[in-house]
Amino acid sequence: MLSINNLKASVENKEILKGINLEVKKGEVHAIMGPNGSGKSTLASVLAGRSEYEVTDGTVNYLEHNLLDMEPEERAKEGLFLAFQYPVEIPGVNTATFLRTSLNEIREHRGQEPLNGADFLKLMKNKMEVIDIDKSLISRSLNEGFSGGEKKKAEIFQMALLEPTLAVMDETDSGLDIDALKVVAAGVNKLKTENNAVIIITHYERLLNYIVPDFVHIIFDGKIIKTGGKELALTLEEKGYDWITNEHVALSNA
Amino acid sequence: MNGKNEILKAVTQQDYKYGFVSKFDSDKAPVGLNEDIIRLISSKKKEPKWLLDIRLKAFKHWLTLMDKEPAWAHIHYPKINFQDIIYYAAPKKKKELNSLDEVDPEMLKTFDKLGISIEEQKKLSGVAVDVVIDSVSVKTTFKDTLAKLGIIFCSFSEAVQEHPELVKKYMGSVVPYTDNFYAALNSAVFTDGSFCYIPKGVRCPMELSTYFRINEANTGQFERTLLIAEEGSYVSYLEGCTAPMRDENQLHAAVVELIAYKDAEIKYSTVQNWYPGNKEGKGGIFNFVTKRGICKGEHSKISWTQVETGSAITWKYPSVILKGDYSVGEFYSIALTNNFQQADTGTKMLHIGKNTTSTIISKGVSAGKSNNSYRGLVRISKSASNARNFSQCDSLLLSSECGAHTFPYIEINNKTAIVEHEATTSKVGEDQIFYCNQRGLDTEQAISMIVNGYCKEVLKKLPMEFAVEAQKLLSLSLEGSVG
Repeated sequence: MLSINNLKASVENKEILKGINLEVKKGEVHAIMGPNGSGKSTLASVLAGRSEYEVTDGTVNYLEHNLLDMEPEERAKEGLFLAFQYPVEIPGVNTATFLRTSLNEIREHRGQEPLNGADFLKLMKNKMEVIDIDKSLISRSLNEGFSGGEKKKAEIFQMALLEPTLAVMDETDSGLDIDALKVVAAGVNKLKTENNAVIIITHYERLLNYIVPDFVHIIFDGKIIKTGGKELALTLEEKGYDWITNEHVALSNA
Repeated sequence: MNGKNEILKAVTQQDYKYGFVSKFDSDKAPVGLNEDIIRLISSKKKEPKWLLDIRLKAFKHWLTLMDKEPAWAHIHYPKINFQDIIYYAAPKKKKELNSLDEVDPEMLKTFDKLGISIEEQKKLSGVAVDVVIDSVSVKTTFKDTLAKLGIIFCSFSEAVQEHPELVKKYMGSVVPYTDNFYAALNSAVFTDGSFCYIPKGVRCPMELSTYFRINEANTGQFERTLLIAEEGSYVSYLEGCTAPMRDENQLHAAVVELIAYKDAEIKYSTVQNWYPGNKEGKGGIFNFVTKRGICKGEHSKISWTQVETGSAITWKYPSVILKGDYSVGEFYSIALTNNFQQADTGTKMLHIGKNTTSTIISKGVSAGKSNNSYRGLVRISKSASNARNFSQCDSLLLSSECGAHTFPYIEINNKTAIVEHEATTSKVGEDQIFYCNQRGLDTEQAISMIVNGYCKEVLKKLPMEFAVEAQKLLSLSLEGSVG
């Protein structure tokens, strides 16, 4: 579904991604872990098409499309969803109205009829039960005045509603208390099917106690330096990032 | 514009060869302004002498203001040659087209986006339409309903003929011709407008003018509106048209006067979408309007809501004189400027009565290379004990070349007053746009959604169907402002 090949990207002429390679297939959950400043969030932003990031080399193939040629909204309509690390507030824009517009854009792209107000409300109600989100959040302005946890839950709710093919979760777990973390993890687990895939970007392994990844990748200095199964996360927890980064530095210096 | 003036000049000068008298049969007065022109307008309209006298007095006063054209507003435009304007043209002055094929396709596209019916499109763009259209019967039906309640709603000219005592009593009582340069000009040369009278205790059962959109489309360059709400009455009045008007006038100078007696409430909503000029800033309407209401009685209320997206220049300050104790004044405004548009708009809240309150919510949106200013005065007189005002002036910038300015004036002469002023300036964030993009909305949709959200507080003050059109209008006005 997603094939990243030697991806390099810079922001303000500073190279952040220095040759990322990654293959994601349908039905897989990938965790990308790494210390601060290693390029995790940059990878998420580049995949979503943020214009501040300049791709200098490499290719990204997504569902037979050259992803890097697509506008951010085209990527979204093709089922690429980014759960933001810092969801923005848009005052005065009703969350439900926003989501209906969003869903109908995506449906139109898929050749489906737009949902009318009543059907949309039904769908929303349905998904609210799945995600266990307070319905008052939906009637408020988009993310406005939401607490950190509420914002993250709202992102997962959006994800449930839009049913992405590939979800990229950019540090969704950071700043969450354990209860919110459980809600987020349960949501992701419920949304998992054999036809979609999830990339979880995280600094801590604790989210992985609730979501079991098929692969864990360690990113450091703009490259994936180690890939393994879920046990890699446990080793990390035990030994810390120094273990792996020191090894990497030693190897590169050798 | 110059080309157009040449043609107008040629036509009028040609007429002039046949002498002034023949002018009475033609549709247009000669170019320029003098007492004869004013007498011509007055006689064309078969006005009583007292009204002609007011016009002439206003004209004399205006002449003394010749070098006092207001220059304090934050707007720039070439000096207007007031002798280069035609001050009277018969109401049907627009050139009739034979079919919609002759209408600017851009305008038709806009009509479609606003969801305006074909019949209405024809009317608005000046295409000749059969007399039998629905709105004619609709209009008659509603006129009957209103008449039964004793409500008078008619053109200003009609009111002069049918209800001269009311016009005489109230015209100029809120905006005297001595008020300002443009009010003096309007008082001298106004051609028509609307008149509305709500009798004591009557609640007007419909939004006035919604059903008259088509029929009121041919209002002139110097409009005059007078609205009187007697004790305990209520009226919601809608002015303007959300469709772009085909209009050959460059200068508009209207006067609107509202009078609210004890316990009366007037809600006055405007959506203004006159031609703003092209993308290079050529052409467009100069809109210099004086709008003012007086809360004469206790517990009376006047509420102005405006959505200003059109005109090359907007100079407009709908105000309220809060004379009655416990009276309430409100001003809710959205002013959107794009390309080279300039808007200097706001309000005056003049507190005279005790326990009077006023609220000002102003939302400016600037895009392109436009300039958008809020200018407002809150004055608490010595007599206005316990007066309260809350003002909130927000500016939203959509480009790096536009300007947003706020000029709040506060004068407090009574120490029991409570006056609050909040102001914010923000730029539409790349982050917000990207967030919307990531959810499948293109950048134009994103900006339109963000701007509509930002304006929501004011939009929700508009009557429902007007609000829907106003939202579409905001989106339309922003088209092409991206990138």
